[in-house]
Order: sequence, then structure tokens, then C-alpha cells
Amino acid sequence: MRARQALTAAWPPVLVAVLLLAGWQFYTSAAHVDPTTLPSPARVWEQGWENRADLWANTLPTLQETLLGFGLSFLAAWTVAVLLDFSAIARRGLYPLLVASQTIPIVAVAPLLIIWFGFGLLPKMLVVTLTTFFPLAANLAAGFAATDREAMRLLRSLGAGRLRTFRLVRVPSALPYFFAGLRVSITYAVIGAVFAEYAGAESGLGIYMQEQKSAFRTDLVFAAVAVTALLSIALFGATYLLQRLVLPWERAMKQEGRS
Amino acid sequence: MSPTRAGEHPGTDAPGPDLPRLDVRGVSKSFGPLDVLRGLDLSVRPGEFAAVIGPSGSGKSTLFNLVSGLDAPDAGTVLVDGAPADLRSRQVAYMPQKDLLFPWRTVLDNTALGLEAQGTRRREARKRAVGLFEAFGLDGFQGSYPFQLSGGMRQRAALLRTVVLERPVLLLDEPFGALDSLTRTEMQLWLAEMWQRYGWTVVLVTHDIREAVMLADTVHVLSPRPARVVQTIEVPLARPRGLDALADPAFAETERRILDVLQDRDVLPDRHVPQDRDVPQDRPAEAGIR
Repeated sequence: MRARQALTAAWPPVLVAVLLLAGWQFYTSAAHVDPTTLPSPARVWEQGWENRADLWANTLPTLQETLLGFGLSFLAAWTVAVLLDFSAIARRGLYPLLVASQTIPIVAVAPLLIIWFGFGLLPKMLVVTLTTFFPLAANLAAGFAATDREAMRLLRSLGAGRLRTFRLVRVPSALPYFFAGLRVSITYAVIGAVFAEYAGAESGLGIYMQEQKSAFRTDLVFAAVAVTALLSIALFGATYLLQRLVLPWERAMKQEGRS
Repeated sequence: MSPTRAGEHPGTDAPGPDLPRLDVRGVSKSFGPLDVLRGLDLSVRPGEFAAVIGPSGSGKSTLFNLVSGLDAPDAGTVLVDGAPADLRSRQVAYMPQKDLLFPWRTVLDNTALGLEAQGTRRREARKRAVGLFEAFGLDGFQGSYPFQLSGGMRQRAALLRTVVLERPVLLLDEPFGALDSLTRTEMQLWLAEMWQRYGWTVVLVTHDIREAVMLADTVHVLSPRPARVVQTIEVPLARPRGLDALADPAFAETERRILDVLQDRDVLPDRHVPQDRDVPQDRPAEAGIR
């Protein structure tokens, strides 16, 4: 039953994608487009497959940067959001700065990070953290703040202190918000890593794209782009799996609604 | 957490019968320019079922906040078993109007929440809560989520969460207000039965005159803001009360008396009782202001 529903949801975007690829394929062969300008999808696939070892070798560092940077972002977002929730002073002092930090162009910061921290893992992690931190922290803080006031009153009347109230009500109420933020920021994460590699790296999909571009291997640039997209989609899908594990009641509720 | 927690076993360590379980004396409370309560007196005996009824906006929730210790009065005192009510002494268990069952907790975990909130370990809390499931008609629903329960069951779960704390005073804030009338009647009969069985001391706030008469020993009628108790009416119905009670002439008569007090804003202590009712004329004395 569930498989059928998934299928029903999946076929329209798949159909659109297939049509687009077919149109692209048709255009490149019919108009004899130079493959260094626009390779056909078949060529991208064929060359990508041929160079799969290279692609894979460059995917791993990108994935590592993404996951580590995102992990750091996760810790920082929880720390800051909890701090904002507990302290009015922190809220007044930090929140505007957090918003302001979003206006700093990563384009300018990424090369600086390379200058400061070298070509290794750390500057890439930091770029990922910078691009994903805000949606996470902001959603989490909003989630804490959206806790039902009546529920807070009830807990207080039962004798729960601030920490216990936080654990028993505020954190669980904030989790759906957190997952909303997680989905926004995870889509930025891979792009952040690729971008950081563009600014300078030894390996990774970003630097791979740049090298292939310089060698006029547009087909392999497209192949690397496809891998990047797949990574993002996989991570995006993983947030749903995680949510299902952490909030099993949500799914039970949806199923109840259907039956 | 204190070793001598009053009310750990309500009923067994009750102080003398002369000492009220809950004693609200001359309580006033205002918020800025808004006078909500002024000189409110109210007293509840151990094991008594008291109802507080009043026009909407008459400060019932303010009264509740004071009794549960969430808020402090500007003047007057709130005593539970002779000691001032405050949050830490854990004398009052409060059941809010909304059931406030958390969607992310199973029914069992929801009913254990009150204990967890006061610091009981989770396992112990669940063990104590589960012991009441059968009596509350919730057996078999321990692992369900609140949205899978009917309205009446949700209220019973919320009451279980309150009762399992075994505090000396139960404070129920319009617990059945959101239910349809059929379920509400069912729940009222059930609550009457549970009260009979467990001997709780209950303060029930309600808009519903019939509910007050059906359930309470004593009905305290509030004036509009700034609120005080304008009249305390004893309900002369026998216990245990079932649906038959509704047919008792005393039921309608008591309802009528409460309605009269609520409608007549300028109630005087020596108010003349209208002749068109079949009220025994030797009775109004007990309805006087206390």
C-alpha cells in the first residue's frame, strides 16, 4: 500500500525529468552541438561511468566535508538556540548578529578561510557550517518559543523546574520545527562543500569540476554535477528517515488520518 | 522531595475535621488597573466536592492560579491543610481545561508526565500510572497515542495524570467543557463514581450549573469582577448520585437557586425568596453568605 503511494508521488517528477533528458538528447544530436559546449546526456552517462573511479575518489572527500561540517553546524545550532531560549540577554545580544551574519557573502569568506586554515578539511567544514547553521538555529529557536503556554503552566504547576520543563515540553515541541530547518539546511550543505572546494582544495567534487572545465571536459563537469545532486537528494531523503525514527507518533497520526 | 510530604496519602493523614483542607481567606488580586478578585473567601473540607461557578471573566482562572501556587495573592491567604499554598509544597494537583496530552507521548507516558514533572523516575512514574488504567477505563490503551483516543478518554487520561500525584487537593478547571453533551453527562457520572470511590478533595470550576449540582456537595457562586463568593449553596442530594438524581425535585430547585444568584447581581444576604417556587421556607438559612 505504502509502496504504491510512493510510486504515485514519484512518477510525475520522473516523467518530467525523462522528457527533459530526451529533449536534451534530441537537441544535441539533431543540431550537432559540440560536446565541449553541451554534451548529450548519453555521453555524460557514458563518460561518467568510465571515470567512475575518479568521480568516487572525489565524492568521498566532499561527503566527508559535508557531514563533518553539518555535524558541527548541528552542535552549534543546538547550543546557540538553547542559549537564546534560556537567556533574554543572549536573545537580545546574539539574535540580531546571527541575522546579520547571513548577509556576509560566502563568496568572500571562503577564500579567506583557505588563507587562514589552508587547503585541508577544516576550511571546507567551516563553509558548510556557515551556510547551514542559520536555518537550523533559527528554526530550533522558533520551535522552542512556539511551545504551548498552557503546557508550560501545567508543568510549572506540577512542580517542574526550568530544566525539566525544557526537557519534557520545549524540546519535543521544537522537534518538528527542527526537522523543517534541517531539510532547508541540508540542501545547502553539499553545495557549500562543493563551493569551498572551488576556492581551493586537493580533492573533492568542486575541484574536480574545475579541473575538468579547464580540460574542456564538459561531459565530466555534468557528471560531477549529477553526483552532487544525487548526494543532496540522498541527504534530504535521510532527514525523512531520521524524522520517522525520532518522531514515530507523527507517522502514526498521518496513517490514522488516511484510514 | 521533603520527607514529610503532606498528602502523600490523602485521607490517612488528614488533620482534624475542623481544619479545612483548603482555606481561601480574604484573597484579592489585581492585574494593573484590573481588579479581578476582591476579598474572596472559600473553604473546602477534606473529602468534599466543591464547585465554583461564576459569570465568564469573573476571575475563576485567577483563583485557580492562586490556589495552585502559580501566582501569589495581593492580599489574603491561601492555606492548604493550614500551610500557605505554594508550588514546592505540592499540595494541589491541577487539571487544565485543555487536556494537554502531548502528541509525542503515548497515553501511558502522558499519564506519567505529572510524576515525571515533579521528579519521579520514569520507570517508577509509569509503574504508578499504569496501576490506575483499569479504574480509569483506559486499559489496553497504554501504548496508544492521544489522537487515537476519544474525547472522553482523553479527559480521563488527563485526570489520571492529575490524580496519580496523590496530592491533597484536586483542582479541575472546566474539565468537560470541550466535550459533547452526551459524553459530558457520561463523564460526570463517571467522575461522581470515582470521587465516591477514592474520596478526593475536589475543587471544580465550571460554567455549567447542572454539572455543579450533579457533582458537588457545595456550590460557591462568584460575583462578576472583582469577584468574591456571593453565596455558598449546599446541594441537598443524596450520594451516590446517578442519573436518578436529575429527576429529584431538589435537583431542579438547586439549579434554580444558583441561577437566581447568578442573574441577580445585587444579591443581599437577607434576600427575600420568591413565593413561586416550592422551596421550603425554612431552608434559605443555609444558603446565606458565609
